[in-house]
Order: sequence, then C-alpha cells, then structure tokens
Amino acid sequence: AALAGSAIQASADPVEGVDLVVNNEITLTTRAPAPAHLDGALPEVMSGWLFREDATRAMQMDDFDNPAMVFADMGRDLWGTTDGAEGKSCASCHGNIEEMRGVRAHMPRISPAGDDLWSMENFVNNCRTTRMGAEAWGWDSNEMMNMTAALSLQSRGLPVDVAIDGPAAPWWEKGREIYYTRFGQLELACSNCHQDHFGDMIRADHLSQGQINGFPVYRLKTAGLVSIHNRFKGCVRDTRAETFKPGSAEFRALELYVASRGQGLSVEGVSVRP
Amino acid sequence: ALTILAPPVLAETAPAAIAWQDGAIAAPLTDSPGDAGRGAELMATRPLGNCVACHEIAALPAASFQGNIGPALEGAATRYSEAQLRGIIVNAKNTFDGSMMPAFYKTDGFIRPGDAYTGKAAPADLPPILDAQQVEDVLAFLMTMK
Ligand code: HEC
Ligand code: HEC
Ligand code: HEC
Repeated sequence: AALAGSAIQASADPVEGVDLVVNNEITLTTRAPAPAHLDGALPEVMSGWLFREDATRAMQMDDFDNPAMVFADMGRDLWGTTDGAEGKSCASCHGNIEEMRGVRAHMPRISPAGDDLWSMENFVNNCRTTRMGAEAWGWDSNEMMNMTAALSLQSRGLPVDVAIDGPAAPWWEKGREIYYTRFGQLELACSNCHQDHFGDMIRADHLSQGQINGFPVYRLKTAGLVSIHNRFKGCVRDTRAETFKPGSAEFRALELYVASRGQGLSVEGVSVRP
Repeated sequence: ALTILAPPVLAETAPAAIAWQDGAIAAPLTDSPGDAGRGAELMATRPLGNCVACHEIAALPAASFQGNIGPALEGAATRYSEAQLRGIIVNAKNTFDGSMMPAFYKTDGFIRPGDAYTGKAAPADLPPILDAQQVEDVLAFLMTMK
C-alpha cells in the first residue's frame, strides 16, 4: 500500500508499537499473520483500530469511555426480557449471556439445517420466531444491533475463527468473487481500497483493511451502532453502484469471506470509529 | 463550427463516438474551449470530479484533505500531452491497464451501476460522471499544471 514521495504518507500508515489493552486487563490481537487461504494477498492482517486517530483508539481502551457500551447494555437487558407468545426470554433457554462466549468468533456459519449460511442476526431471529413466538427484528433495527453488540462482547479477546470448508466452501468462493468485483460507475472492488491501498488516504479517510472483527462498531459521526452489512452497503454505495440488501445472500457470503480475511484477529466486541 | 447568429447548440462527442489513439484523444469533446477555473472547482467537488480524493493537487490548497491513492498531479502537463490527458480523464484504463482511477466519461459496461450515490439502480440512460464540457474544463486546469 505504500506509495513513495508523499508527505501525508508517513502519518497515514497504521500506527506502530501500540497495544490494544482494554480496561488495563484484556490484551487484544490487532496484528496477525495472514492466513494461508489469503494466498499472499495481505502481508499481515490488521485491525481497523490501528488506522484510527489516538483519541478514537483511546475510547476503545476503557469501557467507561466506549460509547458503544450503552448499547451493549441495552442488548443485555433485552437478553433477559420476555417476548412473544411462548413467554420466554433468551435467558430462559441459554442462561446467562456469558454462556454465549465463543459464538461470535465463528460467525457467520452454516445453519443448523445445513442448507444456508447464517449471520448472527439469522440465529437471533430464528430463536425469536421459531422458539419464542416473537416477531423477527429488522436486520439494522436498534434491538438487533444492541443484541449483536451484547453477544459480540462475550467473545471479546477470542480469535476470529470461521469455517470456510465443507458446506461453507461455496459461500466463501462466492464471497471472494464479490470482494474482487469492480462494482458501480466508479468500477471499484473492495480489494482496490482495502487490499491495494490500506494505509493510504482517500480524501479525509484513512483506509484500513476493512476488517470486521470489531463489529458492530460505534460511529462517532452518526452517534450509533453500525452493523457489518450496513457498512458493506455504504462501501458499495460509494462506488456509485446498486447495493445489495443487508441480510442478502450476497452480503452473508461476503461477510464469511471478509471474516476469513481477519482470521486470528481478536473479536473486539464493540469498536469505536470516526 | 457554429455561426455567431445560430442559437447556441453546441456540438458534443458522445462517449461511444470518441476516436482513440493509444489511450489519447486528440479532438476536443466540445466546441467551446475548457475553462480552467471551473475545472479546478470540479476537481475538488465530491459528487463530480473529486480528483483530490485520490490525488494531491498543491495548486488547490483550498481543497482540504487530499488523498494519496494516485500520484500528485503537479507537472502533469509536462509528463503528458493534451490529447493524452484528455484520454486519462475520459477513461484512464486505456492508458493504465486495470487502473483504480474511474472513467469519468463513460456510460456503459458497468457491473451493478447505481444512480449516483443513492445505492439504487442506475437509470437506463446513465449519464457520465462528468459531461463533455466538464471534461474539457478539467483538462484546461490540468494543462496549467506545468
Ligand atoms: C426456547 C429456547 C430458546 C430461546 C427462548 C432462545 N434460544 Fe437461542 N438457541 C436455542 C437453541 C436450542 C439453539 C441451538 C443450539 C445449538 O445447537 O447451537 C439456539 C441457538 C442460538 C444462537 C446460535 C448459537 C451458536 O452456538 O451458534 C444464538 C446466537 C442464539 N440462540 C441467540 C438467542 C437470542 C438472542 C435469544 C433471544 C432473543 C434466543 N436465542 C432465545 C434455544 C433458544
Ligand atoms: C472507494 C473505496 C472503498 C471501497 C471500494 C470499499 N471500501 Fe470499505 N471503507 C472505505 C473507507 C474510506 C472506510 C472507512 C475507513 C476504514 O475503516 O478503512 C471503509 C471501511 C470499511 C469497513 C469498516 C472497517 C472498520 O474497521 O471499521 C469495512 C468492514 C469495509 N470497509 C468493507 C468493505 C467491503 C467488504 C467492500 C467491498 C464490498 C468495501 N469495503 C469497499 C472505502 C472503501
Ligand atoms: C479512485 C482514485 C482516483 C480518482 C478519483 C482519480 N484518479 Fe487520477 N489516478 C489514479 C491512479 C491510481 C493513477 C495512477 C495510474 C495507475 O497506475 O493506475 C492516476 C493517474 C492520473 C494521472 C496521471 C498522473 C501521472 O503523473 O502519471 C492524471 C493526470 C490523473 N490521474 C488525473 C485525474 C483527474 C483529473 C481526476 C479527476 C477528474 C482523477 N485523476 C481522479 C486514481 C484516481
């Protein structure tokens, strides 16, 4: 991603020599060796945290300063809230939300029936509709984002580890194809920005590798959570393309592929972005 | 050429009608000459040229936050002829194979083209990002970068 001869370049590279330690106790892995299935596409994989300004990075190092925690707390409340015809809450079956440790690290994954690829949102809605007799939540509804934030937080510190073989393989292939397709009137692929030019500036934006280990993230600009698929949607829209819908098969395939590009990075729970 | 008395119907070369020579375009796309001042504005305006998203242009200090995806544009007019620069603006991929630089005067051959930045599908008659006159305006500004 390095281009010689630019004055901005020095300050635009990912920050060196810093560790992401949350609450002075949890050290998160923000750089990991590139997994073999990337075939040399990246020299190493890096968390988006490394590409943010000092002040933004600091907010993620203390849960009292992390504005996303308010939303994760609301998700935790929903976990214990009865809803739907069966009179159950998530806790009725799953117990404490801490029991969900590890779940986020393996998402998305093949559905229980074995015939689909499910994101965390699909698992949550499956429990709501088939087990609780409750309405499905919208993919980008506040309830869903708060719940996925609370669930992600349980896996904080565990390495991203998604299955890409067996029944997941065709999904992964599809996701890879989307990642390298130059969409829209600007004819830009994810790889143009996040593989060929991470570390560079695209106008005011410091390009990261576009990893999803920190999602859902809190965006200071919009003062709220952003889901993985909503971020994808924004990036595709910015190529002057017709986007895919959050929850679509295309975005779930892309989610699996992008997650696999961050294999080995820590799940960050809920990250902070400008 | 137009006669002075005729209403100002300007001749324009459509994207499909362009005569290319090795990535360069010798003939102007419009009859009216480019305006470097308007060109400078287009290059710094986000929904339009937004060249500063990817290029540093020291001659445009008012455009804050210039990117560094492509080379700085100082001296572009010493490195390329006018015809070559016109070609680079219209479709840089004819000069730099597989370039990340978008084609600014092209209307087809896209995958899932959208309606500008709405995320919705493009209309059937998708306009180019810059119109013919705007291409000539941007070119006029680039030609000042000696
Ligand atoms: C009536 C029981 C019941 C209720 C209520 C329930 N679940 Fe589940 N949930 C299950 C079962 C059973 C599974 C499948 C377990 C398995 O085999 O992985 C599951 C699986 C999941 C998974 C996937 C776990 C994994 O290991 O990948 C998530 C996430 C989940 N539930 C979230 C929720 C949430 C959030 C709620 C409340 C909104 C909820 N569940 C309510 C029974 C329930
Ligand atoms: C025109 C450039 C461009 C393209 C093409 C692009 N993105 Fe992005 N993306 C950005 C910018 C700018 C940001 C915000 C800065 C950053 O985190 O890199 C961003 C952020 C992201 C993030 C959030 C990263 C974080 O740590 O918060 C993800 C995930 C992402 N992009 C994925 C994708 C995917 C998947 C594609 C293809 C469908 C894609 N992007 C295409 C420019 C682009
Ligand atoms: C999304 C990124 C992007 C945008 C937007 C962009 N360019 Fe470029 N441009 C590039 C890249 C990358 C190159 C380097 C050529 C290559 O190897 O692909 C380049 C090369 C050039 C060159 C040749 C420079 C040299 O010295 O070799 C000129 C001139 C140029 N661009 C002008 C423009 C103008 C004018 C605009 C706006 C109307 C613009 N560019 C918008 C990415 C971009």
